Amino acid sequence: MIPIEVHSLQKNYGSLKAVNEISFTVNSGEVFALLGPNGAGKTTTIEILEGLRERDGGDAKVLGFDPWKSGYELHKKIGVIPQEFNFIEKVTPREAIIYYADLFDIKVNPDDILKEVLLEESAKTYFDSLSGGQKQKMGLALSLVNTPELLFLDEPTTGLDPNARRAIWDVIRGLKAKGKTIILTTHYLDEAQQLSDRVAIMDHGKIVAMGTSDEIIEQYGSGERLEIRGSEELAKYIKANTELHVDYDSARGVISVPIKQKIDALAALAAAEQSKMDWSDIQTRRDSLDDVFVKLVSRKLSDHGEILDEHEHGDGMKDV
Amino acid sequence: MYSGRRTLADFKVFSRGYLRNRFGLFFGLIFPVILILIFGAIFSSSGSSIISVYAQNKDNGPVSIQFLDALNSSSTIRITMVNPTEDFSKYLASHSASDGIVIPENFSANYGAGQPVNVTVYGNPTSTTSGIVSGTVNGVINYFNLNYYKQNAIPIIGITPTTVNTHQTKYIDFLVPGLIGFAILVSPMFSLVNISSDYKKTKLFKQLSLTPLTKFEWLASKILWYIVLTVISFVLMVVVGIGVYGANITLTPWLIPFLLIGPTLFASLGMLVGTVTKNPETAGVIGNIVTFPMMFLSGTFFPISVMPQYLQTIAHVLPLFYIIEGLNNVMVYSNYVGAAIDLAVVAVITVVIFAAAVRLFKWRED
Repeated sequence: MIPIEVHSLQKNYGSLKAVNEISFTVNSGEVFALLGPNGAGKTTTIEILEGLRERDGGDAKVLGFDPWKSGYELHKKIGVIPQEFNFIEKVTPREAIIYYADLFDIKVNPDDILKEVLLEESAKTYFDSLSGGQKQKMGLALSLVNTPELLFLDEPTTGLDPNARRAIWDVIRGLKAKGKTIILTTHYLDEAQQLSDRVAIMDHGKIVAMGTSDEIIEQYGSGERLEIRGSEELAKYIKANTELHVDYDSARGVISVPIKQKIDALAALAAAEQSKMDWSDIQTRRDSLDDVFVKLVSRKLSDHGEILDEHEHGDGMKDV
Repeated sequence: MYSGRRTLADFKVFSRGYLRNRFGLFFGLIFPVILILIFGAIFSSSGSSIISVYAQNKDNGPVSIQFLDALNSSSTIRITMVNPTEDFSKYLASHSASDGIVIPENFSANYGAGQPVNVTVYGNPTSTTSGIVSGTVNGVINYFNLNYYKQNAIPIIGITPTTVNTHQTKYIDFLVPGLIGFAILVSPMFSLVNISSDYKKTKLFKQLSLTPLTKFEWLASKILWYIVLTVISFVLMVVVGIGVYGANITLTPWLIPFLLIGPTLFASLGMLVGTVTKNPETAGVIGNIVTFPMMFLSGTFFPISVMPQYLQTIAHVLPLFYIIEGLNNVMVYSNYVGAAIDLAVVAVITVVIFAAAVRLFKWRED
C-alpha cells in the first residue's frame, strides 16, 4: 500500500487558497519533504493528512484511511510532532511516554524510546526545564510510542541552534534506517537536502517542483554559469558585444553568464578583456538546490522562513 | 468509546503536574484556609457583641412597651419585634435563632391590677447567649418589680423559661460553608479557563487529539481532579472552622452531592469560557467577569441577607448562590428539603453547562 496519496487537494481560508489543488504520493520507506516559505501551505497540507483539518476539495488517503473521517483510527497508526511541540510543564519525558503508552493501551519500555531519540540524560527533567532541542526530541519520543510506520514531522528543527538541529537529524536518519516512512515540512533547504529522498517545493499553496534534489536542479537549474567580479558597465559591455544573456548582482559586484556551450565562456571572457575594464575572480558554478529554490519561490527568506522582500529577484540578480 | 483507563492515565499525569506546581497548590488548598483564618479572626471576636433577641408583644397596654424599651436600652441585647400573630417557636426556628421573649396578653392590665404575670423567655441552654438574655430580662423584671411595688414582697412579674433547640448561628457557621463554596468555585473555574485557553494556544489539544484520548475523557479527568482537590480543601476548612473557631456545623452525607456537582459545574464553566474565547488574555478577562460577582454576591463571605434587596435578587441568578445556600441548608440549618431544591437547581445548571462545554470544545480544527 502507498502510505500517502494526495490528489488535487484543496483548502481555503476565506478567499485565500492555502492549498491549491496539489497532488503527490509518498512511498513506503521514503523520507519526503515539503519545502517552502512560511505561508506556502505546508503545515495546512500536513495537518489535513494528519486528520487535524478538514479538506475543502480533492482526495487524500493516508494508510488507506480518509484522514478526516477516520482520524481516530488513523491516529493509532501514525506518529506526529506538531510544529513547536508542547507539553504539560511539570511532567518529565519518561512520565509522558508512560502516559502515552497508557492512552494507546500498549506496553513500552520508556528507556528504549528515550535512547532512540537520544534523550536518556533528560529522562527525569520537567518539560519546562528542557532546552528547545530536547523538547523536540520529547515530541519525537511521544510520536514513536505507538510504533507507527508513518511519521509526520512539522518543522522539526525550526528555532533550534545548529547542534540541536544536527542531533534531531541524527534521530530522523535513525528512523529512516529502520524503514519508517516520513513526511516532513521545513523551510530549511539543507534540512530537505540532508534528510529527504524526494522534495516537493511549495509556494502559494501550489507544488512548484517535485523530485529528488538532483532532478529538481536538473529540471529548474540554469546549468553551468561563468561568474566574474566587475562593474555594471562591464556587464553591459559584455551583453552588447556578445549574443550571451548576462545577469548582474550589484550587491556582490558579480557578473553572471549562463554557459550553454563551452565556447560561451571564452566569448564572455574575450569581451571582458576587450573592454579594458577591471575584472577578476573567474569562477564557474552550477545552481544548487538553494539557487533553484530561490528562483522558484522568487522571494528572499529570513532564517525563520519569512519572506523578506517581494520585489527583488530572490538571488539578488537583475537582468542588465 | 469512553475509557476509564484513559481518563485515569490523564488524571495521573495531570494531577502530578498540578502537585508539582506550588502556585496551583497554594491557590487550590491553602488560600481558602487562610481566608477562613482571616475572616474568622476578624468577625468571630467574642464578648462585646450585642445579642439579637426576637420579641413578640401580645399585650396592648403601655407597660409592655416600657418593658421592651428597658430591655432594648440594655447594653447586652437588641430587640427585634415579631408580629403577634406569628407562631413564635416556628419563627425562631426558621430564623435560626434561639433567643426570644414573649409578653403575654393583658400584661399591662395585670401589672396595673397587681396580678402576677409571667414573661416567657426562649433559650437554648447549651448556648452562651441564652444565659445573658435571661440575665438581662431578669434585671429588667427586678427593676419593674422594685420600682412600682416597693412595699410588696411578692414579685408581680416572673419568668417562664422555654427551651428551644435551635442554635444561635454565629458568623463562623456561615463562613465555613461560604468559603467551601468559594473553594468549589475558584480553583476549578480559574484553572480550567487558564488550561483550556492555554492548551488551545500552545496546540496541546491538537496534540492530544492525535492520541486515543477523547475530549470527554480529558474533561472527565480534570473534573475528577478538581473533585479530589475540593474534598481535601473541604476537610481542611472544616477542621480549621471547627478546631480554631468552634464552628457549629453539621456534617452529613448530604454534603457529598454538593462536593461532586460543584467542581463539575465550575470546571465545565471554566472550560466553556476558555473554549469560546479567542486567546488566553480574553479568556482571563471573561473568566474574571463571570467569577468575581459570584465570588462576592453568592454568600461566600457573609450571608446574603445582609445585602440590599437588589443584590439579593442578582444573587439568585448566580449558580454559586445555590451551592452555598445548599451547603448552609445542610451544615447550618439542617433543612434538607431546601438543600434538595438547591441541589436540583445546581444539577440542572451543571448538565446544561457541561453539555455546552463538551459540545463547543474542539479537539481538532476545521
